[in-house]
Amino acid sequence: MEKKNEKGMLRRAVDSYGIPRLIITGFLMSMFVLAPFAGVDLWTQFTNVINRFSWNAVLVLAMVPMIHSGCGLNMGLPLAIISGLLGATLSIELGFTGPMSFFMAMLLATPFAILLGAAYGWLLNRIKGGEMMVATYVGFSAVSFMCMMWMLLPYKSPTMVWGFAGKGLRTTISLEGFYDKALANFLTIDLNRFGINLVIPTGSLLFFAFLAFLVWAFLHTKTGTAMTAVGSNPAFAKAAGINIDKTRMLSVILSTWLGAVGILIYEQGFGFVQLYMAPFNMALPAVAAILIGGASVNKASITNVIIGTFLYQGLVTMTPTVMNSMIHMDMSEVIRVIVSNGMIVYALTRKTEGGK
Amino acid sequence: MEKNTAPLLEMRNIKKDFFGNQVLEDINFTLEAGEVLGLVGENGAGKSTLMKILFGMDVIRETGGYSGDVLLNGEKVNFSTPFDALEAGIGMVHQEFSLIPGFTATENILLNREPQKKNVLSEVFGQRLNTLDYKEMDKCAAAAIDKMGVQIDADMRISDMPVGHKQFTEIARELSKDQLKLLILDEPTAVLTEKEAEALLDSIRGMSRQGISVIFITHRLHEILSVCDKVVIMRDGHVVEDMPASETDVERITKAMVGRKVDVSVKQDVRDHSGAKTIMSIRKLWVDMPGEIVRNVNLDVKEGEILGIGGLAGQGKLGIPNGVMGLYEAGGTVEFDGKPIPLNNPRNCLDEQLAFVSEDRRGVGLLLDETLEWNVAFPAMQIQNKFLKNLLGGLVKWRDEKAIREVTDRYIEELKIKCTSSKQKAKELSGGNQQKVCLAKAFALEPKFLFVSEPTRGIDVGAKALVLEALKKFNRESGVTVVMISSELEELRSTCDRIAIVSGGRIAGILPATESSEAFGALMVSQVK
Amino acid sequence: MANNNNTPRLGQKTVGQKILTFLGNNSVPIMFILICAYCIPASGFSAGYLLNEIVTRLGRNAFLILSLLIPIMAGMGLNFGMTLGAMAGQIALIFVADWQIWGIPGLILAAILSIPFSVGLGVFIGKILNKAKGREMITSYMIAFFMTGIYQLVVLYMMGSIIPIKHASIKLPRGYGIRNTVSLLQMRQSLDNLLSFTVGGVKIPVLTLILIALACLFIVWFRKTKLGQDMRAVGQDMEVARDAGINVERTRVIAMVMSTVFAGFGMIIYLQNVGNFPTYTAHSQIGMFCIAALLVGGASVDKASIGNVFLGVILFHTMFIVAPKTGAAITGDSMIGEYFRVFVSYAVITVALVLYEAKKRKAKSAAGAQLAAEQAAEEEA
Repeated sequence: MEKKNEKGMLRRAVDSYGIPRLIITGFLMSMFVLAPFAGVDLWTQFTNVINRFSWNAVLVLAMVPMIHSGCGLNMGLPLAIISGLLGATLSIELGFTGPMSFFMAMLLATPFAILLGAAYGWLLNRIKGGEMMVATYVGFSAVSFMCMMWMLLPYKSPTMVWGFAGKGLRTTISLEGFYDKALANFLTIDLNRFGINLVIPTGSLLFFAFLAFLVWAFLHTKTGTAMTAVGSNPAFAKAAGINIDKTRMLSVILSTWLGAVGILIYEQGFGFVQLYMAPFNMALPAVAAILIGGASVNKASITNVIIGTFLYQGLVTMTPTVMNSMIHMDMSEVIRVIVSNGMIVYALTRKTEGGK
Repeated sequence: MEKNTAPLLEMRNIKKDFFGNQVLEDINFTLEAGEVLGLVGENGAGKSTLMKILFGMDVIRETGGYSGDVLLNGEKVNFSTPFDALEAGIGMVHQEFSLIPGFTATENILLNREPQKKNVLSEVFGQRLNTLDYKEMDKCAAAAIDKMGVQIDADMRISDMPVGHKQFTEIARELSKDQLKLLILDEPTAVLTEKEAEALLDSIRGMSRQGISVIFITHRLHEILSVCDKVVIMRDGHVVEDMPASETDVERITKAMVGRKVDVSVKQDVRDHSGAKTIMSIRKLWVDMPGEIVRNVNLDVKEGEILGIGGLAGQGKLGIPNGVMGLYEAGGTVEFDGKPIPLNNPRNCLDEQLAFVSEDRRGVGLLLDETLEWNVAFPAMQIQNKFLKNLLGGLVKWRDEKAIREVTDRYIEELKIKCTSSKQKAKELSGGNQQKVCLAKAFALEPKFLFVSEPTRGIDVGAKALVLEALKKFNRESGVTVVMISSELEELRSTCDRIAIVSGGRIAGILPATESSEAFGALMVSQVK
Repeated sequence: MANNNNTPRLGQKTVGQKILTFLGNNSVPIMFILICAYCIPASGFSAGYLLNEIVTRLGRNAFLILSLLIPIMAGMGLNFGMTLGAMAGQIALIFVADWQIWGIPGLILAAILSIPFSVGLGVFIGKILNKAKGREMITSYMIAFFMTGIYQLVVLYMMGSIIPIKHASIKLPRGYGIRNTVSLLQMRQSLDNLLSFTVGGVKIPVLTLILIALACLFIVWFRKTKLGQDMRAVGQDMEVARDAGINVERTRVIAMVMSTVFAGFGMIIYLQNVGNFPTYTAHSQIGMFCIAALLVGGASVDKASIGNVFLGVILFHTMFIVAPKTGAAITGDSMIGEYFRVFVSYAVITVALVLYEAKKRKAKSAAGAQLAAEQAAEEEA
């Protein structure tokens, strides 16, 4: 009897965690276990994962407000990224350098994020129930529109425009001398001195922690509570006097701003600004990451963000090296595509309980 | 025809309970071929459950089946799906239309029963590649419409049709089935204009002449009298009357329908508030709530009273609180405490310290996926800034988890909510306890005025008494005006001071709770649309 | 009999209103006609060249776009999962190329070979979409991405190692996996060239057009079959269809299977015209361009006709042909035009999706206005 109960509990635990998630976690664990046998240095791998985590975590965090307000997975992340790119390019154009340029990029991206976020939120309020599909194509339209703009806008800074034509932005802009590693170099912990290949970009992690704390705190305020209620059951929230459209719009603006900051953090780690079609495929990894972390289409927490980003980036960085040294076949890209998109399909086929 | 003296349909000792809640007891009646039987009763009397048993609906089997026998032509039947019932010659026209909007009447009449022609591909790939025989379809549809005796345009698309014609399309669909012997019509005239209703009655007479039996469910008693051969009246899961229509009249039917229940004592402490000031005055209110439309309602609520609003389902009683509280589109004027309240925005009402417990517990009343704490505290937090701590000089309004837990625990104790803790999710509670959470949510707002809609719907007897008691206590101790909407007249009579009856979307009359059930019954059916 | 004089009749509008509704309902095609009208002269292409290009692209794309009609009929929206059909077609072509069977026989073999793959994939996508009712489009969109991974797994790792591939010309030098480009040079346009003739410099690929016409006839005929009728019923109201005894789930799966098989054929026709294909990316954009073309033709998420297909192909591809040249003529940079046409493709899908979702929410407040009016009328009386 008791044993049966235990079994039932195990079953429930597995169900709530989800089979696909279990497989992914198990897969990653086996990667870590296999790594030493494959002759891969675990610390280097770990450094890689931490690094990639610090680049991407904020982009994943940008999913949270919109999921909370019931707008679904933010497939429109490219829109947020564009706000960030506008901030980045303007900051460089205006001649800021060093860490200051990072701060200015954030500052300059903010009005764009608010404006674009508001317009995007307005649109999403008109099409409740079909957010994800529309968001995807809003993102794509915005990216392709900006492709034209990057060529036409009168940027002048020689570090950014094509050298021979003297106009039109380059596809990739190096951030050396600007905000390359602006956060990562702050309080870096480097254990190479002790013979361990571990480097921790403390600054980036702290900054993520700070933003995650802000989001966490926001969700504990009156307005944040209202946002969660709107996502959980809009009819309930409406009956309690909440202005649904306004709350949703606020969540979209927040997500957009976080996305804009997220891409700046990504760039400071990566060292380059990527324009034109680059933002195109940045939404899906972030969406997949938060889902792998345990979020559903209408529920997400900071823990989901952290676990999800870690697992996803672990998958991306560990698989190629471990697999390569094990079976001399680099299937990592294929595995990444299958895992991340499979996870999204899985989440979409889950019935969402409670609200709609 | 073989000799068969057994009646077409016989119901013998039918019993049905939903989880221990007896809804049908000892139902017996017979129906001859070609007879028209009028089935009447208040909502919840058990009519629809009985029809679901007859029609073999899934919900009956899923809730443990029924006892007793249904006999068709003297043979015992037990349908496991509606399709079996259809096969046996029983057709049913439901209250909600079951039509494909973009199809013509013909296509709907013959939906999934279209005459077909074979072709080469269908010989190879199976019958679903047969082409439709449009000529034959037109013929069949025309025959069915003829049989019905009401002319409708067979080529018109359903979405372009007036609502009455949709109803006729449904009837024609049942008539187009050759095996049809018994047709159940569930409140078919509710959506018809007067002329259309007349036509339908004619059509029923015609069916009867052709040997088709009809079970006709309606609240329009004069229709029963004009078309039925016999009347079966149900109340609280019993058949209370079964007699030829020629031997009865509207008054007798009404009396039998509402009748006095033995175990409910009409409360002793009915109070008279006619001298009190009018706290809410509703003028010319219309509400567009699907299925519960309200038209031109004028209503005054006195301070400190418990006003009941009763009436049959679909007549608009639910529309009144939902319209006033801004959940459905409404027009007209509502004054509260001398101040007009702008409609169509729940916030305005809540700011004036009105509160509402919705009849749609799971849809509107609760955050099913959240904790009890959230459910209880949420509106009060959002509207009145309760349970918040001001941080950074009021810049940040932080959720005060401790205060939230305290208030939730208080109501858990006060209302005897059965739960593991205040952190339990609302969806894990039983219906009765969920209802108590809804009340707690409203009480936490400390309102001056409370709308409670169907507070006892779908909860067990014990919880019912508790909920009603809590409401009464709340009214007596805090002096809060309560407007309670319920389908159960006896419940209203035992709780309220005055009761307004809604019929046809309008207030048919307001009577003191001490008035006889018959008087209320008469009001209920007075303007039924 | 029952008269309905008091119910307002639809359709009694003034001419002005009629024109406005017409413009409103056809805003997307009209916008495209205007874009084309502006771009064609600016591009400086000759009429003959343009016509030739359009006919070529019509033959190339129409069949693929036709595959979208059936899911729309079954209420499953725009089938972003048609990509799966394209993959099936590509896999079939890889095998045929490996076996070195060229020309018309090769094409026929590829078409036959694609059927089992398409059916399998169609059942797969149909079953998943049955679990995601109400969000079919986003789910089919994601399934396309998911299957791209599986396709890579099969083609890049399993072909040559597990699945026998013998011909070296398509195999990667490492011994397994298919090269980045599969050349179909020896069957290039073998379908288009058969029976083709040239009128004023415009090559008419007769056989391809006949195939497209047959597909159209099939769809017209299919609408009149029992299955077609069931699909339309399921598409409009699943619950009513279920109550009437139609097997909703199965019908939806069949719709997806048919669409996938059609898309597989369409992809083979498409690729024989082009003459080679990038193994790992050929399918990826097909869904998007076909959907955009269909929408440009005036279709919506829940309604599409054969007319929309042809109008769409012509308008969309005219824009596609002329945009780079026009962009270059105006801004001096042909990339602008390239980006412009990509932008327009996405924008047109966005607009169509927004219109569809917004329409679902409209007409709600109309009922309230009606009530208020009735009440006013009653008071006057």
